[in-house]
Amino acid sequence: MAAPRASVGAYLKNNMRQYGMLLALVAIMVFFQIVTNGTLMRPVNLTNLFLQNSYIVIMALGMLLVIVAGHIDLSVGSVVGFVGALAAVMIVNWHLPVALVIVASLATGVLIGMAQGYWVAYWRIPSFIVTLAGMLVFRGATLWLLDGQSVGPFPQVFQLISTGFIPDVLPDVAPLFGMARFNGTAFVIGLLVAGGILALATRARARAAAHGMADEPFAFFVGKNGLIALAIAYISFLLATYRGLPNVLITMAVLILAYMFVTNSTTAGRRIYAIGGNEKAAKLSGIKTERLVFLSFANMGLLAALAGLIFAARLNTATPKAGVSFELDVIAAVFIGGASMSGGVGTIVGAVIGAFIMGVMNNGMSILGIGIDYQQVIKGLVLLVAVIFDVYNKSRSA
Amino acid sequence: MAPILQMRGITKTFPGVRALDNVTLSVEAGEIHALVGENGAGKSTLMKVLSGVYPHGSYEGEMLFEGQPLRLSGIHDSEARGIIIIHQELALVPLLSIAENIFLGNEITRHGVIDWNETFRRTEGLLAKVGLDESPQARIDTLGVGKQQLVEIAKALSKRVKLLILDEPTAALQETDSRKLLDLLLEFKAQGITSILISHKLNEISRVADRITVLRDGATVAGMDRHEISEARIIRDMVGRDMAHRFPERTPQIGEVLFEVENWCVHHPAHAERRVIDGAGLTVRRGEVVGIAGLMGAGRTEFAMSLFGRSWGQRISGEARMAGRPADLSTIPAAIRSGLAYVTEDRKALGLVLEETILRNTTLVNLAGVSRRGVIDANRERRVAEDYRRALGTRTPSVFQKVVNLSGGNQQKVVLSKWLFADPQVLILDEPTRGIDVGAKYEIYAIVNQLVEQGRGVILISSEMPELLAMCDRIYVMNKGSFVGELDRAEASQERIMAAILAAETQNAGSV
Repeated sequence: MAAPRASVGAYLKNNMRQYGMLLALVAIMVFFQIVTNGTLMRPVNLTNLFLQNSYIVIMALGMLLVIVAGHIDLSVGSVVGFVGALAAVMIVNWHLPVALVIVASLATGVLIGMAQGYWVAYWRIPSFIVTLAGMLVFRGATLWLLDGQSVGPFPQVFQLISTGFIPDVLPDVAPLFGMARFNGTAFVIGLLVAGGILALATRARARAAAHGMADEPFAFFVGKNGLIALAIAYISFLLATYRGLPNVLITMAVLILAYMFVTNSTTAGRRIYAIGGNEKAAKLSGIKTERLVFLSFANMGLLAALAGLIFAARLNTATPKAGVSFELDVIAAVFIGGASMSGGVGTIVGAVIGAFIMGVMNNGMSILGIGIDYQQVIKGLVLLVAVIFDVYNKSRSA
Repeated sequence: MAPILQMRGITKTFPGVRALDNVTLSVEAGEIHALVGENGAGKSTLMKVLSGVYPHGSYEGEMLFEGQPLRLSGIHDSEARGIIIIHQELALVPLLSIAENIFLGNEITRHGVIDWNETFRRTEGLLAKVGLDESPQARIDTLGVGKQQLVEIAKALSKRVKLLILDEPTAALQETDSRKLLDLLLEFKAQGITSILISHKLNEISRVADRITVLRDGATVAGMDRHEISEARIIRDMVGRDMAHRFPERTPQIGEVLFEVENWCVHHPAHAERRVIDGAGLTVRRGEVVGIAGLMGAGRTEFAMSLFGRSWGQRISGEARMAGRPADLSTIPAAIRSGLAYVTEDRKALGLVLEETILRNTTLVNLAGVSRRGVIDANRERRVAEDYRRALGTRTPSVFQKVVNLSGGNQQKVVLSKWLFADPQVLILDEPTRGIDVGAKYEIYAIVNQLVEQGRGVILISSEMPELLAMCDRIYVMNKGSFVGELDRAEASQERIMAAILAAETQNAGSV
């Protein structure tokens, strides 16, 4: 019972949504690569691009779940500031051990998420209101904690969260490339990941084929996975010629894979989509809707706390202004990535691509020296166009 | 009499589909003209052409209204000509009053300011015409569906209607409300208003229609005059084949008691002191279809939902036993574990995640059945979805189709798939064939018969008496939250059910 084999063109058309944003990201990168005379993809800039956007990407993962469940979290920017301030006070003023502070900070994030999720899930207070209140409360609490001042600097070991790199444990690789500075470990890890993706994709396809369910055209399958593997290998090569893989890139990559797995393959992920799609039907299907909404807010708090630590470590100081308007970048990333305002629709890959579209544009426009005023206007318009494109596509297919 | 409306050679194509193929419809002035056909036969498309939703030029063919060519650019245009359509899904604003709704977009103003006195005066007149005894200031959400329907008709009358089109007006109505509405149509006819009635209920059509046009697969297949109308003939024309029976045969094989409820009491979720279900009890045996009859508002859905994990009401008390053991029905997951399933009467709002695929809807209740330690096995899930699609005969190119794109009958099969995959002992089916065409209804009945043949029990809640009488082995009659009668298949009849309800009503009236 083989599914009808669609041609590459028809398949692409049916999955336009999925690949449209990826193509848009590639097009934006090519554009800035050209207009910045190759600065965008220079190893040092590429490294910066990852460092600069890591906290937005990480929060977008949690925000995707919240938005898919049919809610929103406006408090994440303030939570970033609050957790960063808390960590600074504990480390710099109280001299507590870094490991303990990290655990305590993440736990605080979870508690904040639970506190907000409790009202949203069990009392049915609109999440917009609850988290708007949270946004104000935690911004105020940040100011109070820091007494209006910046607190820093952090000890070296704390900064490694954000600015550290994976050490080169394979010094023998570098000479093969005849370059003065080459982080062999980074390149080998990149190759392993690329190879791993190819192997996993091949295995999944073979399994699906065994059930007569491989309906992606073969040429497309090869092309897509080949390009992804190639891109990963190439990026890891570029990073290797600078300082190697940033710690935060590894954190980010692991989290992205974990959340892809949760949304695609677990019952919990599936149920969150059902809640956003039709909460009443989900409830009457025996799904514990309140608990899942509660948990998605707790999860958002955890990721916002992690982002707060990364951001504080990157600036090497906690400031009262840290995280201001981050929530808007995060929410914009999720919507650019194709999530629906009413819930039930959206993917992790989309949210990550959305975050990078925003990030590359920020970075590229900064390189070009475009003022912050125009940058805001352009980013706003990109958000609008992306969503219009989405709605247009949907109405056409209906 | 001259035809008030003639539609000739109407052809409407969408990319890939020909929805209407050379359709002809001729309506005489002052008649009630019934338009029938299965879902997807093209009735709604034809009415959209007639009401200007599809403007002139987007279809082929011509229309004449009162002898003049009719070329519409939009729905405003058709309303200006006196052609008013009342859709199946009512288009009223729930939080506004009756008067505000009737004159919405058409407000009575003086110098740009709404003249409320005149608005209320005119509303009262219109409400009197449709026989609705409510204040013009009553909010829409305080009215039942039947009364809302009357408000829609009053709204149509306010626009000086010449041709009234009603799209399944009685689909959500109770027997008595339906009768009232049809009487109203007859009254309008006496006043010279022409109506087009789209309906699946053949008994209603044979009662009020002067002529019938049958559509099938986007083409006109038959027209008949009043004296030629017979249900058998309509069904044959609609389905394109003879349907000797509207209900499939089943030889009852009834076993031991499977599900028992005793002394079930439920209070209203908003008004804790109001007892909506009062000491109701029933038994269901293996292999038995048990019906619940009753008027709208008798508490049937409330009873069913309160049983199903207390999903309706508060202060719920009573006992329930499944296969002789006490059943835990305290939450929905517990009720599902106890072997209960509830197929809702409102499949779009409560039964399905419309924007998701057939596959994902099918496994929603029993995700554990396609997963291990919380991880879904995609291949197993697809196999399950394909199996149920085939077993229930859901007509769709693939299980990756979104359910929003399916017809009512196929949507209902997806809901049933979902619950069957959870493997319940007892299924409560609440109006399972509402809004479904004759052919698909037959298939749903066949599925119900299969369920009880597998030794399950079925509780069937329905407002369609013929359905209850044909399908059920036993029928409980519910009135005001209590069971007031229990009839075996042999003794059940429409008259006896009504008699039980009336007896209870009189008793109630006497005791107050």
